[in-house]
Amino acid sequence: MGTFIVRRTLWTLLVLISISVLVFLLFFSIPGIDPAVAMAGRNPDPATIRAISHAFGLDRALPIQYLLMMKHLFVTRDLQSYTNQGIRVIPEIAAAAPVTLSLVAGAVVLWLVFSIGIGLVAAVFRGRAIDRILMILGLIGIATPSFLLGEAANIVTQSKLHDTPLFHWVPPLGYTPLSQDPVMWFKHLIIPWVVLASAQFIGLYSRILRSSLLDVMHEDYVRTARAKGLSERRVLIRHVLRTSMITFVSLFGLDLGSLVGGGVVLIEVVFALPGVGLLTFQAASGLDLPVIMATIMYGAFFIVLANLLVDIGYTWLDPRIRPA
Amino acid sequence: MSEPLLEVTDLRVSFRTEEGLAPAVDGVSFTLDRGEVLGIVGESGSGKSVTMLSVMRLIVDPNAVFGGKILFKGRNLLEMSRGQIQRIRGAKIAMIFQDPMTSLNPVYRVGWQITEQIQAHAELTKRQARERALELLAGVGIPNPRARIDDYPHQFSGGMRQRVMVAMALSCSPELLIADEPTTALDVTIQAQILKLIKELRSESGSSVVLITHDMGVVADIADRVVVMYAGRIVEQGDKRDLFYDPQHPYTWGLLGSIARLDRPKGERLASIPGMPPSLINRPPGCHFQPRCVHRVERCSVEDPALTDKLGNGHVDACHLDASVKRRDRVLGSAPTGSS
Amino acid sequence: MTGEGDVLLRLDHVRKYFPVKGGALMQREKSHVHAVDDVSLQVRRGETLGLVGESGCGKSTLAACVVRLFELSGGSITFDGRDISRLSRRALRPVRRELQMVFQDPFASLNPRKRVGRIIGDPLRIHRLASEKQIDAQVRELLSRVGLSPEHMHRYPYEFSGGQRQRIGVARALALRPKLIVADEPVSALDVSIQAQIVNLLAELQQELALTYLFIAHDLGVVRHVSDRIAVMYLGKIVELSPAEDFYAQPIHPYSEALLSAVPIPDPDRSERRQQIVLEGDVPSPITPPSGCRFHPRCRYATDICARQEPPLVDYANGHLAACHHPLNLDRRSPVDATAPLRSPMDRPAAALIPTNEEGPNEQ
Ligand SMILES: Nc1ncnc2c1ncn2[C@@H]1O[C@H](COP(=O)(O)OP(=O)(O)OP(=O)(O)O)[C@@H](O)[C@H]1O
Ligand SMILES: Nc1ncnc2c1ncn2[C@@H]1O[C@H](COP(=O)(O)OP(=O)(O)OP(=O)(O)O)[C@@H](O)[C@H]1O
Ligand code: SF4
Ligand SMILES: [Mg+2]
Ligand SMILES: [Mg+2]
Repeated sequence: MGTFIVRRTLWTLLVLISISVLVFLLFFSIPGIDPAVAMAGRNPDPATIRAISHAFGLDRALPIQYLLMMKHLFVTRDLQSYTNQGIRVIPEIAAAAPVTLSLVAGAVVLWLVFSIGIGLVAAVFRGRAIDRILMILGLIGIATPSFLLGEAANIVTQSKLHDTPLFHWVPPLGYTPLSQDPVMWFKHLIIPWVVLASAQFIGLYSRILRSSLLDVMHEDYVRTARAKGLSERRVLIRHVLRTSMITFVSLFGLDLGSLVGGGVVLIEVVFALPGVGLLTFQAASGLDLPVIMATIMYGAFFIVLANLLVDIGYTWLDPRIRPA
Repeated sequence: MSEPLLEVTDLRVSFRTEEGLAPAVDGVSFTLDRGEVLGIVGESGSGKSVTMLSVMRLIVDPNAVFGGKILFKGRNLLEMSRGQIQRIRGAKIAMIFQDPMTSLNPVYRVGWQITEQIQAHAELTKRQARERALELLAGVGIPNPRARIDDYPHQFSGGMRQRVMVAMALSCSPELLIADEPTTALDVTIQAQILKLIKELRSESGSSVVLITHDMGVVADIADRVVVMYAGRIVEQGDKRDLFYDPQHPYTWGLLGSIARLDRPKGERLASIPGMPPSLINRPPGCHFQPRCVHRVERCSVEDPALTDKLGNGHVDACHLDASVKRRDRVLGSAPTGSS
Repeated sequence: MTGEGDVLLRLDHVRKYFPVKGGALMQREKSHVHAVDDVSLQVRRGETLGLVGESGCGKSTLAACVVRLFELSGGSITFDGRDISRLSRRALRPVRRELQMVFQDPFASLNPRKRVGRIIGDPLRIHRLASEKQIDAQVRELLSRVGLSPEHMHRYPYEFSGGQRQRIGVARALALRPKLIVADEPVSALDVSIQAQIVNLLAELQQELALTYLFIAHDLGVVRHVSDRIAVMYLGKIVELSPAEDFYAQPIHPYSEALLSAVPIPDPDRSERRQQIVLEGDVPSPITPPSGCRFHPRCRYATDICARQEPPLVDYANGHLAACHHPLNLDRRSPVDATAPLRSPMDRPAAALIPTNEEGPNEQ
């Protein structure tokens, strides 16, 4: 197990380095485009372009450029945005990350609890009315774009019904850090959580879980478990659910990685949450190359990290693939 | 005579399918005494497993419809509540299945799976249950059980896994052990080991055993009485020796005749039963075996033969032919020919 | 005994090792599964060689090596006088035609999306042996030859029962008029009553088409029924190789003895009388096979030498070979009458159940 983790971690590092090289090449060696001009934002003055050229060593060989870029990113952490004069990119991301993490963490709790609950109920009552209803609701959830649901929620809670006792507590859009005011933090986030979890994820995951539960229910070892005289509940939880979690967990890890890595753009935009997604969104619309570069690296980091965790979790869940 | 341990009366199990109701078990009755080993043989799909799974109430398909009675020590298993049946399963009646590769949960350690069953039925601490599991593993011949108890099933060979299944089945000293083709997936040397374990269980604790198999050799080795099934019904039942040396039903003849035997001179051809087993839904009229039977007479396709004791020794069969005719035809051994 | 002339297939020191991967970071090859380890044998034209042995001893691997589904790790295979073990894929093509395989699982080995006619005709198409019209006629002929009706060619495999599917598999193997058929457990997955149909079919075809079989099976009864000679494998090695009746009557290797004694006898009285040898323990790992004689940890005759020195395959009499330091049954050796029953003659009426006087093949 130990060597396995070491091996996987080294592998992860290799993947990250490759991604950084790819992203770098994408931005800095496209023929015909001067990255310095591109980075300087709209209507740059020649001085800025020169400063950028110097800072990134654009007059030097590509490998040196790459190393300089990495140095700015990770060592000195002073990569600057030139579109928004003087903003340092790394602290910017560091400030945005907790917002995204808070958003994803809460949604994940809801999404896990509900999809496991719904998946179990649907599988146990397979074919009955409650199964059908839950699965149709799930389909609706999968089909609803999260930003639409978010906009709808905003209209209802911010204007239409805001003055009724039901939604009177809802604060205006925005964010309060957890350390500053936990109650306010919660109030700001509860609606985004619900929206994020129920659009797509709960529906998708409960369906996935239901179908793998049904597969596992027909396995011989489940019959063995019943033959041992275990209670139905124990058979369901310890034998059926436990093995069904193998697929569930691997998908979950990947989704989690991409969400934390910046995949929550739309929700952050709709609810005006200053997270990494919003940052990426703004950078992309302003062609702010350094920020884009940094957020992509940040996203890649989480996705690859999630992959690593999934692999480790997977081997923990399924001893068959555990190396001896 | 004391009350039998298990008494199955007119058991019927049907499955609702798209094509119609499929009667997988169609009026099966038999009894099993304490300490007796009953062998059930028959064609694939003839209802052997469904019959014994019904005894364990392990058929969870919502499309299954049950009829008849299964009395275990006088109480009808089919009418018991879930809680009552759970106290019997694994404790009083235990079951071993065909495929040792898939019958153990791949994500739990072998020892954990045994102690789980022990603790479901007895008030033992974890440590006591583990000690018991170690004893059981040693008992079924797992070398060095202390080192192997925390292995996962995939680290065991097929034969070892089946021994773990046996250990698990024996963990609560059941009064009835049901073994559904316990050795079909194993090769002969491992099969001999498993059969030896089952014999020991019977001789040491006086348990009764129902053993389902395709293999007449296994039956000859271990059973006291034999039930032969075809298309959901019992077509012949009797004492092992009567059945082997004076078989009454043409299907049983086919079964015995199609074995390539080591204890006989090598024949030119094997006797085979022509044709295929019938589908459950469109079964032939009259005797279900009639389309494949070379001994059939007119009556066979009209009238359903009942299970009767024509010899007066408890050896029953469902075939219209007369015992004397059968002995004659059987000795002639006219092999099935032609007819597709 | 027999001249080189009638040897159709000849294996010399055939080895097949599968690498076991392991190690941190790089997937180094750490060790090997010795699936087939130095196997030499010959199959003569027109005979059936039965190959038996415990599960996992390398029978299927050996079969796959013969039809070159695997590259050999060592040794050579000569088929019809030609060394085929180093042939390239292209050079192998014409040889493949004469060397066909029938697989164990009639459900998995037929493409479910193709009609039976295509399944059987495709080998002919691939080898461009006939026009479409000729192929059609040949498929019909093949179907009736294996006891199916020509109309079946338009159906899909799922419309057939296991026994019928195995017939289709046989028809496909026959399409190219092979000289050798390697049958890997062709009846193991079938129902008892259907097994006999397929065994009889294979026997008929052998007579009609002068086929040679390498026949792998678990069931020692079936193997005896079909085979002229028997090869016994244990952990990747041939431990005994013998004319069939001689093997069943007087096995030399202790593993063969145990194997034969473990076969259940479908006769209660005999079953009770006989002495069974129950082997303890499991087959050891083929990754680290035991030293010396590979059977020694489970052998009841084993002595010191067995653990130290590997016994060579020795010819004891009349082409009956075995590899053991303590050969059995040597003092009792006498010519074996193939028609005599093996043990005491049958004493109860059930003996008559085996028909001997039947006419015509079994259709269906
Ligand atoms: N859940 C089910 N739904 C529909 N049909 C079923 C179901 N379970 C079993 N059957 C059918 O019932 C019949 C009897 O099956 P059973 O498993 O008892 O056969 P068996 O005698 O044990 O055969 P085998 O020797 O192949 O194990 C079969 O035709 C099978 O297809
Ligand atoms: N592709 C492979 N890679 C690694 N090991 C393999 C591979 N194929 C087979 N083996 C191993 O080689 C050994 C021989 O396997 P093989 O399938 O030839 O046995 P067998 O005698 O046909 O067994 P059975 O009777 O169960 O079919 C086994 O230990 C098996 O695990
Ligand atoms: S009743 Fe008739 S058809 Fe059925 S088994 Fe007896 S002889 Fe054959
Ligand atoms: Mg069954
Ligand atoms: Mg094999």
